[in-house]
Parts: sequence; C-alpha cells; structure tokens
Amino acid sequence: MNTKALSSQLKDSIPIAELSTQYGGYGLQDTLRTGFTSVQSDLLPSHPLELAEKNFQINQEKVSFSTLRNIQGLHAPLKLQMEYRAAKQIQRLPFLQSSNIALDTLRGNDESISFEDILSDPAQCEMMGEPHMMMEHKLGLL
Amino acid sequence: MAAVTVRAAPAGGFDFGNCRRNTLLENEFVQKGHKLPAARKTGTTIAGVVFKDGIVLGADTRATEGMVVADKNCSKIHYIAPNVYCCGAGTAADTEMTTQMISSNMELHSLSTGRLPRVATANRMLKQMLFRYQGYIGAALVLGGVDCTGPHLYSIYPHGSTDKLPYVTMGSGSLAAMAVFEDRYRPDMEEEEAKQLVQDAIASGIFNDLGSGSNIDLCVITKNKVDYLRPHDVANKKGVRTGKYKYKKGTTGVLSEKITHFNLDLMDESVQTMDIS
Repeated sequence: MNTKALSSQLKDSIPIAELSTQYGGYGLQDTLRTGFTSVQSDLLPSHPLELAEKNFQINQEKVSFSTLRNIQGLHAPLKLQMEYRAAKQIQRLPFLQSSNIALDTLRGNDESISFEDILSDPAQCEMMGEPHMMMEHKLGLL
Repeated sequence: MAAVTVRAAPAGGFDFGNCRRNTLLENEFVQKGHKLPAARKTGTTIAGVVFKDGIVLGADTRATEGMVVADKNCSKIHYIAPNVYCCGAGTAADTEMTTQMISSNMELHSLSTGRLPRVATANRMLKQMLFRYQGYIGAALVLGGVDCTGPHLYSIYPHGSTDKLPYVTMGSGSLAAMAVFEDRYRPDMEEEEAKQLVQDAIASGIFNDLGSGSNIDLCVITKNKVDYLRPHDVANKKGVRTGKYKYKKGTTGVLSEKITHFNLDLMDESVQTMDIS
C-alpha cells in the first residue's frame, strides 16, 4: 500500500479510532478473521477506500457548508447546522436503531437509495447494546 | 441476540471487515504458489450509436472468468428507466448492481418530479457514484436514451469520467467495434442502417476479440418506443452434424431367444384409505 499518499489522506480526514480490526463489535481481537495485528496494521486502513468511506458524510457536509457560506454568508451554514443538531437529537432510545428520517430529509437523502441503504443496513443489525448501560452512557453517567 | 455493554450504531455501506484477512490469506497463498479466484469479468464488446430519431445500443453475450467462458448468453443491456437503457462492461456483478441502483434512484426521482427522467440525470448519478468509489467498482458503461431534449449517448468509465458522443464503444472489443464505427458512421442515419452498423460493430468485436462472443443483443430506443431485441442475431451458429453415429437397430444379429415367465401367487390383498390429514 502506498503509505505516502495515505498520510496526506490521513491528515485531511478526521481520525476514527475504530478501523476494521475490531471485528463484530465485541472489542476482541479476532485472529481468525484479521490475522496477527501490529501497531501499523491497527493504524492504517485495510483498504484504500476505507478512510474515504468512513469520512464521506463528514467531508461532503464540510464541502456543502463551505459552499453555502461562500454563496449566502455565514448565517446559512450556522442555521443549517443547528437544524442538523436538532434532527440528530430526535431519536429513539439509544439502544434502538433510529430511522433518521428527519436527518435524511435535511440532507436530501430521503428520496435516493445508495449502498448505505442496502449493504449492512443498521436497521437489520443482529446486535444491540444493553439498554440500561446505553442509556447511562448517553446521559453521561457511565 | 448478543448483548454488548455500550455500542455505537454501525454505519451502513461497504464493510471492510474482511479486507485484512483477505490480504493475509492472499499473501499466504501466493507464498505457497496458489492463486485466489478472480471476479467474473465480462470481456465485452458494447457499443451505441445516435441515429436520426433515437439510439441503438448493442452488446455481445459472453461472460468470461479468466480463460473460461462462464456464460454463453448473458444479458448486458440493463434497464435504467422506461426511456433509458445502459450497456455494462467490466466486472459483471458491479455493472449489474450499479445499474440496478441507478435504476431505483431514477424511479424515485421520476416519482418525485412526476416526469420521465432525462438521460443526463442518469449520467450524473452514475458518474458521481463511480467517482466516489474511485474505480474499485469496475463498471464501464454505455448509457443511452431519448428524453424531452432528444437522443443522448454517454460512455462512462469506472473512475467516473464520462464522454457524450454520437457513437461510443466500451469493453475489450471496443477497438474492433470503434474501427467499424469510424469507417461507416455518418450523421442522421435511418433506423435500419444504424441497426446494421451496430450489429456489424458488435460482430467485429465478437470475431476479433477473444473476450467477446456468442450472440448480438440490440436495444433500439426512439421517442415513445423501446425495441429490446434479444437475441438480434446469432453470430456463431452451431453446425449441424451431417452423419449419424448411432448403430441401426438390428446391427447385432439375435441368434436365439428364450423368455421365462415367473408364476407369482397372490396371497393377500387389502385396500387402505390414505391418510391425508
């Protein structure tokens, strides 16, 4: 893998600690699936697309906000961000999957279908967090 | 259902969970002198032409897996919208999923706007999606259709670049097909002439490119009408055997014949109703 080209990509993007090494969400090293890990393999993405995909939504929002700011002034992205923030808060209890309908409408994703909607759909996830713990985590008690 | 203490909601989309394992396995395999199976590619000839009042799209029907012909009669002209069709070359699964996804999006879009979608919309959706995945979705497409602004023909490359041209070809047989187009294309052709031209272009791909073969499919799109001709022409007709290799009845002479009948005694007979509950 071209690590030099990657480093510039890493610098631009918002780092996300959980790359694909922690498979299945149990937080355990799965040697059968991932092989032996090293510090390098933990830090670098396993596929050239992985980082770009992880940050896709964030980057797209960044671009559209800056475009909006250039066209309409600072107030427009601020207002929109406020709406996003509000829409993100309207959700089901933290251990239940939200449909994100308000957020999708704001983003304009409600009338389109993409790979996010058909591949590993979060709504059909077979695992869930423990309800009490998730609630405490959300309220900052944990 | 497995319970984990605290867990963030997983994001949808492509899962890279197996990538690390796959590279690990591939390295081990290569060290031992083996090779991992490759994805099925459609070594293909696809082409399209703009004629007087519409579009003719053409494709061959061979799908290959390395040196093996995986499918002798696969369909490479995909539906996008009632007035838009799309030929696919490259990784067969990728072209299939890409066109299905864009077809769904176009349907949603036309339901939202209440109009017949435009070809430029499909082109834009396709190129934006392919560019997002940086060529890892190996779909090389020829998109054609007729909308309220007339006939349009695009070729779309796997990395997301597009061309809008009066005649385009794609796939491994694109050079052979383009040679025919460069020779014989002229603006404002009649429908029959355009069909013959595309048929000859695909046929030159079939006969000169090893990745292309079998039949020729055509799709003629005009205003208010779509003609999906599958197969339009069987380029490689299987020959008929001239001789028969089966022995005639009575070739081996019967010298003697003896039939022995068994005499079976009927001891007991009972009738039961069938249990159909």
